[in-house]
Amino acid sequence: MTAHGYFSTYGLVGLVLLVGAGFVAAAFSANRLLRPDAPSVEKLMTYECGVDPVGEGWAQTHIRYYIYAYLYVIFAVDAIYLFPWATVFADPGFGATTLVEMFVFVGFLAVGLLYAWRKGVLTWT
Amino acid sequence: MTLFEVLVRLVLVLLCFLVLPLVIGQTEHKVMGHMQARVGPIYAGGFHGWAQLVADGVKFAQKEDVVPAGADRRVFRLAPAVALIPYMVVLIAIPLGPGDLVGRSIDAGVFFVLAVMGVGVLGSLMAGWASANKFSLLGALRTAAQLMAYELPMLLAAASVAMAAGTLSLTGILGEWQWWWLPWQAVGAVVFFTAGLAELQRPPFDMPVADSEIIFGAYTEYTGLRFALFLLAEYAGILVLCALTTVLFLGGWHGPWSGDVGWLWTLLKTGLLAFVVIWLRVSYPRLREDQLQKLAWTGLIPLALGQLVLTGIVRVATA
Repeated sequence: MTAHGYFSTYGLVGLVLLVGAGFVAAAFSANRLLRPDAPSVEKLMTYECGVDPVGEGWAQTHIRYYIYAYLYVIFAVDAIYLFPWATVFADPGFGATTLVEMFVFVGFLAVGLLYAWRKGVLTWT
Repeated sequence: MTLFEVLVRLVLVLLCFLVLPLVIGQTEHKVMGHMQARVGPIYAGGFHGWAQLVADGVKFAQKEDVVPAGADRRVFRLAPAVALIPYMVVLIAIPLGPGDLVGRSIDAGVFFVLAVMGVGVLGSLMAGWASANKFSLLGALRTAAQLMAYELPMLLAAASVAMAAGTLSLTGILGEWQWWWLPWQAVGAVVFFTAGLAELQRPPFDMPVADSEIIFGAYTEYTGLRFALFLLAEYAGILVLCALTTVLFLGGWHGPWSGDVGWLWTLLKTGLLAFVVIWLRVSYPRLREDQLQKLAWTGLIPLALGQLVLTGIVRVATA
């Protein structure tokens, strides 16, 4: 496929994006014409079960959350490589070789998962 | 592709996007009602309350737009659009019937669709952070944790279908599809659908919006039209998930007389799955957050890896 054909494929996707943005913009324009506007201090206060809010809403999270997020990134990047490989692995000339490679790959993922499990990353209290 | 064809496609995608989620929503009202020995909406529009969601929409459009004083205004106001628009973009790539009956056949279809669907969750994250509300922040963090747990089994299950078909294009996958893929990819289908439910935060995986714990999670501070857009995003998400499961695992337009009524098969299967989504909501209690993580990492991911191995062996053996 030529570069021109490739970009024209996504041209339509870009147009859908524009239509979507247009829909949201139109909805909010209608909303602007129809809605009342009567702000008050109480109304604009942060919601906290009917009592006045204490402190601010932007809190910090536990460092374990960050490690957990890393675990996900590692696995997701691994999984991404599956997609280009999936299109060719059964082509003539590959066959058994790529299958063994897949076992190695899945084995790595499984060992990684087992490691995370044993380390206690996958238990929550 | 002529300008006229482009316009027709854009209009059709917009129509599907605006009508089908509402159909699913109305079905949910009625099905949930009858499953719980109620009748659901009956007044709006006369016939079985068919216009209930239209009336809701009119009401939402007239409501005041409240942005809390402590919020990050620009992100807060942008979040509903970020949550909603990706699901519309995905619709363009989903084949409805055989041949050219697809918004746009994209070569890296599976990849594109999963990537764009993931963007939708960003909307919830933005909403939760920008609200400057403790409930919202907790909801957003739960959303993020849930995405991290469920994106992976979803990717792996989708990769299994791509391996089976030897292509990433959604139309290509349907071109290769055979009936015996149903049992062959059954485990992947269950994993994909379950993971999708969790990504959409639908019951029983709805702890990011658990009302008895954190009010309404990331959407606590939202009212009026912005709130409505988040709800619309949820139902558009159901549509997209069900359509994708149909295309990847249930053979999409394949069925008797598919040459003539292929599009009907796609809609029928999608509708059936949407019914299952509603059914699950009525049947199961909400999981606890740690139960969900455990289910994903020790249940779905090993299952998905097993499906990959099975797909690889069968594909090479039959090649």
